Amino acid sequence: MGSVALAVMIVSSIAAGLALVLVVADRFIANYGECTITINDERKLNVQGGKNVLSALTEEKLFIPSACGGRGTCGYCKVKATEGAGPILPTETPFLTPEEIEKNVRLSCQIKIRNDLKIEIPEELLAVREFEGVCAEITDLTYDTKLFHFELQDPPTIDFVPGQYIQLLCPKYKGNREEVYRAYSIASDPAENTTLDLVIRRAPNGICTTWCFEYLKAGDAVRFNGPYGEFRLSETDAPMVWVAGGSGMAPFVALLHQMRNENIARSTTYFFGGNKAKDMFFIDLMRQFEKDVPNFRFVPVVVAPDAGEQWDGERGLVTEALEREGGDLSGHEGYLCGSPGMIDASIKGLKQLGMTEERIFYDKFA
Amino acid sequence: MNISSQLWLAAVTCFAAIFTNNILLMYFLGLCPFTSVSREVKTAFGLGVAVVFVMTCTAMLNWLAFRYILAPLNLEFFRFIMFIIIIAAFVQFVEMVIDRYSPKLYHALGIFLPLITVNCAILGASLFMVIRDYTFIVTVGYGFGSGIGWLLAILAMAGIRQRLAHARIPRGLDGPGITLIIAGLMALAFIGFTGVLG
Repeated sequence: MGSVALAVMIVSSIAAGLALVLVVADRFIANYGECTITINDERKLNVQGGKNVLSALTEEKLFIPSACGGRGTCGYCKVKATEGAGPILPTETPFLTPEEIEKNVRLSCQIKIRNDLKIEIPEELLAVREFEGVCAEITDLTYDTKLFHFELQDPPTIDFVPGQYIQLLCPKYKGNREEVYRAYSIASDPAENTTLDLVIRRAPNGICTTWCFEYLKAGDAVRFNGPYGEFRLSETDAPMVWVAGGSGMAPFVALLHQMRNENIARSTTYFFGGNKAKDMFFIDLMRQFEKDVPNFRFVPVVVAPDAGEQWDGERGLVTEALEREGGDLSGHEGYLCGSPGMIDASIKGLKQLGMTEERIFYDKFA
Repeated sequence: MNISSQLWLAAVTCFAAIFTNNILLMYFLGLCPFTSVSREVKTAFGLGVAVVFVMTCTAMLNWLAFRYILAPLNLEFFRFIMFIIIIAAFVQFVEMVIDRYSPKLYHALGIFLPLITVNCAILGASLFMVIRDYTFIVTVGYGFGSGIGWLLAILAMAGIRQRLAHARIPRGLDGPGITLIIAGLMALAFIGFTGVLG
């Protein structure tokens, strides 16, 4: 018995000794010292070497969009690395186009910091912050869509361009084993920057929407980061055609607030589509905007109202309503937000009415 | 035995480990990476070189550990656990050093280095050296030779498989099936080396 214990002790201590050697080696060999990351040639960050650029930036509260959390599987965390990033890795190539490789675009989660680096990230990502807040109110809009009203705590205000989105953190819950971020467009007035509204439609088996609908209650804490996105009003005076379906309503609410606040009087026709009359929401709000925003017209369209449903508005697909409106849209701009199917169909419809592709802006839910 | 005769013995053992006693084709050790990483000559070469290096070094380390730690303490029966721990620690250490001082080589080796930890040919070489009671110098020759032998076998296989890519193979045999058949044929060919040094 004693000899067995002794043998086990000896082997364990040898293993422990080897582990110790590795720990010491890790401390000295894998110690890359302090490195400097220069961002856009102006901001300098001092970070501990050895980790990857994405996590170093996250620690410094700079948020690069990433859905996989740095495992190199989503390909979202692209940055331009102009100096010191080393050769491009096989793990990155599937996510990069030849033009991007030419321009030194890299996945920030795959760049290990070994020395001083120079990177370029879009200016607006520098404004991205992490927010903590409270879910103050949840309102039913339809049978499967709710309005979530958040009050911000830290930081207390958010500045965003109407049309942008945030990434909401969905925590672990029964049936969901890891934290994930999901993107939702902001549906609130940019002038009221202490609160945030999201319009969320329940997706069948959706990880985050299930949490929002079944677990999130008024008074609960929420976390999100943002704002992100290029979807916004152009700086022209061209008349606009807006097309949305379901929760694609959200960014347009923010745009309408902006137009009311800034007295923008561009001619705007907003087609909002749904399958049934019960899919429609915010009708009263839109009628109010029609009064407040000059030249704004709201056209709700229902594909096929159920028998017994009260509906006296337009019927058919949104694209059919577009055609009925007719006219030449070559001077117009198109703004679309909704499911990929609806957007593709709308782009086709708009092009048939003369709109050119570079004048069509959209935010596709994937 | 004096040094020169030992060196001669080491050279002979090395030669034998490459050709007549090829660890892969005679003992069929390390078959898993052999079948999975032999699709391209380039990657096969990368893995093979890593095996040569790790096999030589771990054979030496394990010889020292066996001779000066396990044998005096009468813990020879622990050698399986000891050897695999030493191999794992060594690979980890080498990975750290390469990552630090030669990022280029690190990326070239990529996933191969950690894969080697669980390559049974590495453990097999260390165990054979104990069974056959090699001296230190002979162990060096044996470890190096076994690695080269493994490299040679996987390179040959990769070359053959690159040609096979354009051949018409019965569907049921495609992949590992045809690879094992070819390995068997290669083993037969290597038996032809037996007696070369006789």
